[in-house]
Amino acid sequence: MSLPLVVLLPFLGALAAPLFAQGGRTAIAVASSVPALIALAALFPHWETLSDGGVVLHSYEWLPALGLSFSFRLDGLSLLFALLILIIGLLIILYARYYLKAYENVGKFYALLLCFKGSMLGIVLSSNLLLMMIFWELTSLTSFLLISFWTHKQDARRGARMALAVTGGGGFALLAGILIIGNIVGSFELDDVLAAGDLIKNHALYPVVLTLVLLGAFTKSAQFPFHFWLPHAMQAPTPVSAYLHSATMVKAGVFLMARLYPALAGTEQWFYMVSFTGMATMLLGAYTAMFKHDLKGLLAYSTVSQLGLITLLFGMGTQLAAVAAIFHVINHATFKASLFMAAGIIDHETGTRDMRRINGLWRFMPHTATLAMVAAASNAGVPLLNGFLSKEMFFAESLALNLPGLWAWLPPIVATLAGVFTVAYSARFIHDVFFNGKPVDLPIYPPHEPPRYMKIPAEILVFALVMIGIFPAISVGPLLYMAASATFGGNVPDYQLAAFHGFNLPLMMSFFAFAGGLLMYSQRQRFFDFHARFREIDEKAVFESVVLRIVDFANSVTSRLENGSLQRYALLLFVSVIAVAAMPLLDLGVFVGENGLSPVDAPTAIAAAVLILCAFATAGLHRQRFYALVLLSVVGLVVALAFARFSAPDLAMTQLSVEVVTIVLLMLAIYYMHPWTPVETPLKRRLRDVAIAAVAGIGMTLVTLAMLTQPFSSISEFFLENSKPGGGGTNVVNVILVDFRGFDTLGEITVLAIAALGIYAMLKDTVLTPPPSDGAGHAWARDAHPLMLSLIARPMLPLALMVSAFIFLRGHNLPGGGFIAGLITSIALILQYIASGMEWTEDRIRLRYHNVIGLGLLFATVAGLGSFAFGYPFLTSTFDYITWPVVGKFEVASALIFDLGVYLAVIGATLLSLVTVGRMSPHSAIRSKQEGA
Amino acid sequence: MELVFALVIGALTSSGVYLILRARTFPVVVGLTLLSYGVNLFLFSSGRLATGQQPIIGTAASYADPLPQALVLTAIVIGFAMTAFVVVLSLRNLADNEDDHVDGKQPYKSPAPEEESEVTGK
Repeated sequence: MSLPLVVLLPFLGALAAPLFAQGGRTAIAVASSVPALIALAALFPHWETLSDGGVVLHSYEWLPALGLSFSFRLDGLSLLFALLILIIGLLIILYARYYLKAYENVGKFYALLLCFKGSMLGIVLSSNLLLMMIFWELTSLTSFLLISFWTHKQDARRGARMALAVTGGGGFALLAGILIIGNIVGSFELDDVLAAGDLIKNHALYPVVLTLVLLGAFTKSAQFPFHFWLPHAMQAPTPVSAYLHSATMVKAGVFLMARLYPALAGTEQWFYMVSFTGMATMLLGAYTAMFKHDLKGLLAYSTVSQLGLITLLFGMGTQLAAVAAIFHVINHATFKASLFMAAGIIDHETGTRDMRRINGLWRFMPHTATLAMVAAASNAGVPLLNGFLSKEMFFAESLALNLPGLWAWLPPIVATLAGVFTVAYSARFIHDVFFNGKPVDLPIYPPHEPPRYMKIPAEILVFALVMIGIFPAISVGPLLYMAASATFGGNVPDYQLAAFHGFNLPLMMSFFAFAGGLLMYSQRQRFFDFHARFREIDEKAVFESVVLRIVDFANSVTSRLENGSLQRYALLLFVSVIAVAAMPLLDLGVFVGENGLSPVDAPTAIAAAVLILCAFATAGLHRQRFYALVLLSVVGLVVALAFARFSAPDLAMTQLSVEVVTIVLLMLAIYYMHPWTPVETPLKRRLRDVAIAAVAGIGMTLVTLAMLTQPFSSISEFFLENSKPGGGGTNVVNVILVDFRGFDTLGEITVLAIAALGIYAMLKDTVLTPPPSDGAGHAWARDAHPLMLSLIARPMLPLALMVSAFIFLRGHNLPGGGFIAGLITSIALILQYIASGMEWTEDRIRLRYHNVIGLGLLFATVAGLGSFAFGYPFLTSTFDYITWPVVGKFEVASALIFDLGVYLAVIGATLLSLVTVGRMSPHSAIRSKQEGA
Repeated sequence: MELVFALVIGALTSSGVYLILRARTFPVVVGLTLLSYGVNLFLFSSGRLATGQQPIIGTAASYADPLPQALVLTAIVIGFAMTAFVVVLSLRNLADNEDDHVDGKQPYKSPAPEEESEVTGK
């Protein structure tokens, strides 16, 4: 339980922290420290297990089907990182207490900081790679929010966006890599993946996996050519820079390389990709740092360079180099965090970070100066400080690489050269800021030492780096050993931790780097002049222009696809559907399956011929709208016959009644429309459409043919067997609708209701004047409601209502039911509107169809909820038999109430739609207005 | 039998698709209706074609697949709701734009044939 607690506590703290913001900065800082303190206490008991090479695993199931589990794993390597995150996190909380101004939104700051801490702990402690990925993305997001903490600054917003785009893109690649790894290994659990190193490395996809994972690591750890986001992230408040962008988050990429070392490292591809990236980053970062006038800019490039060094060490592929890399992670975190803290103090006390103006601060703040100088010296690799130790190991490893021929010289030369630059910019940091004359035009003058407690975090870090430098074996030895052992899975190479290794070649390289660096700094003006000859690339401008270009491209694609023409959309839709469907269809090959064809009888063939003919004729004659409608109704009727022919009486009845309503509706619609469709599209386009339609039709024919001749098995046996005993009805289709799949039906009548209400809303106040004549020059008939029709229609109503009641009641056992009965009732009512007119009918049927719909939905829902009262799930039905005096034995099912709901909803929706359309003509509009008045 | 049924669905599909690609709302509505006939028949036939086997317990020796029938029954009703909605949408379009072009506006005007300009009175 303790490991998930360690990860989740900071998130809980993030929720609680803003509550303390009212109490002032000290209160919130104290409150924010609690999760880290509890976490440290929770990790402490595991020390014994880990130093014996053990692993602590806490695992909970989450989504086993996806291979995602809520599992955490603690070993030496994750302990090392967790301690860095927790301890430096505590120091940062203290530091930020004094760095932030009282009027700033400290609640937000601490909440974000804690969120970040939790995410970072999640990365290092996750045992499941997918879980780790979630935390990985969370660090990108919290980093984005922290960089843009000062949201009023445009640079901060841009820097944050750039960081998010680069690290988020890398995260995307990493996710792909992890998914492939999971696919190869068959598990996302770290133990399984680490054990399957050979499997992964010998897999055909290994280069892809490696590239994707490294893209994730390189973007996060600001490796060339993705390094540019880090300097721009320096717009963040300095505690953020110290914590995220030097000590922890940028180490996530490095951590990933260490974590997956057994699974991925040790191949040629790994060596070349990782070590050359590291070399380029290290050299570029150290060189550029020299020329930055911004204090934090210098430190940012210095961080880039040091991260390159760590990457290079991992890339070398030897175990000793990897030990050196882990060691340098610790050392870099200590000296770089303290350097950032010093830079923040200077910024805080002088009001600027420009090194051309900050000079001679030694006289004003000797205490801070001492701390900064010790940290900078460690960065440069001065003996007796921790930076020296790992840098010596690095030099030694660069010499030990077995590269062919002259290539063997490359790593040591690059290493020494980077050392020269590093010494030069460290010297600049010390000399420019603390000596070199007097301050120039400082916004705050005279500067003085910061508050006592603001220096404590830096003091602790500097003390640590001196301790590590002098007594490495005692101070950091056990932790480093544990981490190395966890990285390699138990086999730790022999290495010596001592403050001094004697006079050897690496020492010579250090010495040369110092001499060269100091010389370079003394001649700095020449280098500045040389550097000034090159136009500096403004990464931000490049990035913004790339973003703009992508947006432009996306816009042009969108405007081409989405040009506002429905015809274009329909075309694209059909063409892509055909393209997608064509592939599997062509693969299918034989279109007549095993079952073969059955013989055709003459009536069916004739009906089919009529249907096909009428369908084509509808398309062919569509310009004459009335004829098209008549032909359409023939098609619909034959479809109803087809249902009847192929053993679906319910469908036949539904289709028949829907057909009537549809045609009435369309007739009503063309009353308002022009009776003709004009010729608009050129012949070429029409031919193209014919071709598309033909392909679609042929495709559907082939698919249907293939499907119908294949043997199949259905889940319907269940429904057939249980319809009578379980649902109490013999009409299986109706029992499915009101009982087995009642929830679906409830959804469907809801859709029906929404469509009807939508129609009502669309046409509520719309008035449409129909054309004065039918298009062929005939005026509308004067006698709108012929006597004959109305006289026949009126007695039809009670008759039709009786039929629909009959069909409704028998629906459970014989063809019929709520849908069909509802449609029959609707038709009977519509007939009254047609025969006798809106006014006559409305005067007699004073129903508000909205209420009918509502009542229907209410019945259906209540029938469903009723089963709760008896302790059954939603829509469980029950039934019993009662004996009526005259009728005899009769079945009463609770599903009948549900079906009544369906019945009412169908009537309401159908009539509301049709009556709304009918009421649009100016005549009716005037009348309804009068009624309203 | 299967071939005939497949041809019916093919004919419905291609007439429907052609009409949906037209520029005026009315043919599009008719096309949608045709296409939904085709789709309903297709879904229905996924239970295979059976003669005289209506799924009513006790009326036949074996039964046609009731599940696609139940699905198609609601599909028919929902299809009606959709058709009604689209018709009304086009009527609203006609009321607002005094025109029934599917885009709500005419992208270009081609010279209309004489008899048509006569009947529409434009």
